[in-house]
Amino acid sequence: MALKRTPLFPMHEKYGGKLVDFGGWELSVQFSGIIKEHHMVRQKAGLFDVSHMGEIEVKGEKAEDFVQYLVTNDAKKLNNGQVMYSLMCYEDGGIVDDLLVYKYNPQHFFLVVNAANTEKDFTWIKEHAFPGVEVKNVSDDYAQLALQGPKAQEILQKLTDTDLDTIEFFWFKPDVKVAGVSCLVSRTGYTGEDGFEIYISPNGAVHVWEEIIKAGGEDVVPVGLGARDTLRFEAKLPLYGQEIDKDITPLEAGLGYFVKLKSEDDFIGKKALLKQKEEGLKRILVEFKMVDKGIPRHGYEVYKNGEKIGHVTTGAHSPTLDKAIGLALIKKEYSEEGTEIEVMIRNKPVTARVMKNSFYKKQTKNKK
Amino acid sequence: MRVESGLLYTQNHEWLKVEGDKAYIGITDYAQEHLGDIVFVELPEVDAEFDAEDSIAVVESVKAVSSVYTPVGCTIVEVNEELESSPELLNEDCYTNWIAVVEITDKSGLDELMNAEEYEAFCAEQE
Repeated sequence: MALKRTPLFPMHEKYGGKLVDFGGWELSVQFSGIIKEHHMVRQKAGLFDVSHMGEIEVKGEKAEDFVQYLVTNDAKKLNNGQVMYSLMCYEDGGIVDDLLVYKYNPQHFFLVVNAANTEKDFTWIKEHAFPGVEVKNVSDDYAQLALQGPKAQEILQKLTDTDLDTIEFFWFKPDVKVAGVSCLVSRTGYTGEDGFEIYISPNGAVHVWEEIIKAGGEDVVPVGLGARDTLRFEAKLPLYGQEIDKDITPLEAGLGYFVKLKSEDDFIGKKALLKQKEEGLKRILVEFKMVDKGIPRHGYEVYKNGEKIGHVTTGAHSPTLDKAIGLALIKKEYSEEGTEIEVMIRNKPVTARVMKNSFYKKQTKNKK
Repeated sequence: MRVESGLLYTQNHEWLKVEGDKAYIGITDYAQEHLGDIVFVELPEVDAEFDAEDSIAVVESVKAVSSVYTPVGCTIVEVNEELESSPELLNEDCYTNWIAVVEITDKSGLDELMNAEEYEAFCAEQE
C-alpha cells in the first residue's frame, strides 16, 4: 500500500528529511540529527509537521453533553476558546486514545487525536454520539504545524498581527492570520516547551512553513519524529501504545488528574475506574533511572528478586538530562521512590532505581 | 558515504583492519549514518573468546539497537574504552575509532570479506 503523504511532504524533501513509514505515513524521523534537533527545541525553536494527526468535529445542540460523556476530563469546565487534554476510555477503563479537546462553544468542539487511531476513534465517537450530534472526520481539511521552544512566540509574532500574549497556555484562537493565511492557533504542544500548534488548510501549509523558517533564521530548525519522541518522553508526556493503551487505565498511567471521578456526570469507563480506585491500583507507572550501564527500551521486562513485576513503557538516553531514564508500568508495591529494580537488557538484569519528579521540568507558560 | 581503502568489510557493515594475527574491528560510515546519533556502546571483556558471526559488541543510537559481529573466530585483546564515555565518536570518525582489537583464532571468515571497492558497490545496492 502506498504511504500517505502530508501537504508538507515537499518540505521533508527540501530540508533533507530521512523518510520513514510511520503508521502508514511517509514522514521524516530526522532532518539534521535527532539530538541536535532536540537541543534546538529546548534552547531555541523547532518546527514540526504534525499534519498526520486526526481532527474530528463534534457539532450540535447536545455537543457538550456528548463530549462530557465521551471523554474523562471535564468538558463543562472549559471556556469557549479553551483547550483541554483528555482521554477516551472503553467501558472497562482501558484507553481508546488521548486527545486535545478544543471548545469553540457548547455546540461546537474540535477533537485532535493520534494519527494511527483516527479511524478507530472516529468510529468509536460516531457509535456513541447522541441523537442530533454531528460527528465529522475533518482530518483531510487540515495540515498541522507545531512551532515549539523558548523562541517560538518571538518567531511567530513576526508573522501575525494578533498579539500572541493574548493566547494563554491551553487556549486557542480560531482565526489568526499567519503570513497572510487564516489559521487556528493554540498555545499547546508535545515537547514540554512553550509553543504553538497551528492548524491550517492544506494548500496554505507550505507557505506558512517557509515563512516560519525564514522568520526564525538561525533560531529554528525542522524537527522530525525522532526528536518529537525524545522531547515528549523527557517531559513525561504519554504516548499511545506505550504509556497508555487499551489495557492500561488512566489511573494506572498516573493520569488521574484528567479524570473527573468526582463529577456527578457520567462518562464511558467511569464505573470501571471508580471500582479500580476503590479497590486500589495493582500496578502503576513509575519513573526510573539506570544505576548500572544500559539503555532501557520500550517492552523490556522489569524484575525484582527474580520475579517479573512489569515492563518498560518508554526508555532512552535523555539528551537534556544526559542520562538513561525510563518509565515503567510495575506492581504497585515496588513503586516507592528509591526502590531498586532490575531492567532486563539482552537477557541480563541491569540495576535501576525508582524516582519521582526526576524528568524534565516543563517550561510551558501558565496564566500570568 | 566514506569507504576507506585498505580495510576489509562485512555485509553487516563492520570493517576490519588486519595486521598479522591481529585485527581492529569497527563499524562503517554507512552503519553510523543509518543508526543516527549513537548514545551507547556495550564493549566485550578483554580475553573473551568468540566464534565467527558472534556478536562482540552492541551499538545503540537514539532509535536503534545494533549488534557488532565478528566475521572471524577471535579473542579480545583490547577494547576502546573511550567509547563508553563518548559513544558519539563513532559518528564523528568511525574509521579512527575502532571498537576492539582482536587476536584472530580462525581465519576462514576472512575470505568472504569485501575490499573497499566491492563494499562501495554493495552499499550502493542497499540503497
